[in-house]
Amino acid sequence: MGLLDKQFNDENIVITKVGDLLNWARLSSLWQMSFGLACCAIEMMATSASHYDFDRFGVIPRPSPRQCDAIIISGTVTLKMAIRIKRLYEQMPDPKYVISMGSCSNCGGPYWEHGYHVLKGVDRVIPVDVYVPGCPPRPEALLEGLLKLQEKIRNESLVKKSA
Amino acid sequence: MKNTEEIFNLLKEKFGEAIIELKADQPVEAFITVNPLELDKICKYLAETDELKFDSLMNLSGVDEANGESTKDEEGNLTITGGTLSVFYHLESTSLKHKLTLKVSAPRENAEVTSVSEIWKCADWHEREAYDLIGIKFLNHPDLRRILMPYDWEAGHPLQKDYRNPEYYQGMKVPY
Repeated sequence: MGLLDKQFNDENIVITKVGDLLNWARLSSLWQMSFGLACCAIEMMATSASHYDFDRFGVIPRPSPRQCDAIIISGTVTLKMAIRIKRLYEQMPDPKYVISMGSCSNCGGPYWEHGYHVLKGVDRVIPVDVYVPGCPPRPEALLEGLLKLQEKIRNESLVKKSA
Repeated sequence: MKNTEEIFNLLKEKFGEAIIELKADQPVEAFITVNPLELDKICKYLAETDELKFDSLMNLSGVDEANGESTKDEEGNLTITGGTLSVFYHLESTSLKHKLTLKVSAPRENAEVTSVSEIWKCADWHEREAYDLIGIKFLNHPDLRRILMPYDWEAGHPLQKDYRNPEYYQGMKVPY
């Protein structure tokens, strides 16, 4: 499990494994790209604001993809935007994570049939780690998605390459 | 303040043949159909004459009227030949408090309408949108590029009734 449930042998000493420590550090400071696409971005901003407070999970927005660990695809991905999203994703340093937020970026949402301009799921251009369903998802749902992503990072290995 | 019929008579006197007809018996407001290639002169007159003073273009909408000959191939794909594409202009005079609706129709295969972006600056992007989605070319437009679809979109103009979406765009699958 986590890091802090390891035993305390002395007042200031925590015994743990290097991998667990690094994973704990990474999952506790997931810097996300300040990047929003549509109405889901409003919910994402609400999640970042004081009431839901993304910052308590270490999620803070960064203005450059080169400083980001995660990108939340929050909204409708148009074909025109998909090319830009791919480029932004490629500019992020490894290890990098993607949360697909809402029906549009999961599968095209309400545009699945007649949306001539919409990419039917952002996973057609970049790999997605966590899908958050909803139209748009409430902040609680996005937080749950973040917790799932943290769970995924917590179980990653430094030696074995993750899928 | 003038109603559409009074404005129609004024225009008819000034421009003659270029003013095609007045349609007053519509469920919507009355509108005047004019020649698409003389639209810029007519609009300049509407905007600058003291008794009309149409200083605001409230809306500009492109319409695919699909009034040509429709054929369906064995896969059910619609093709329309002939007929017209139209543009509607909703004008308002903010000082004289009157409104006017203009319509122009141009042949579907080569729809050309003179631009009014010199007269009302807001028409610039509206005309780009009508070009992008319906495929109407605006003559003398300063920068007639696509505005919503990607610049390299080659599949046509999406709001035409016989539009077909491509299978792929830049290596991305488009249909669900």
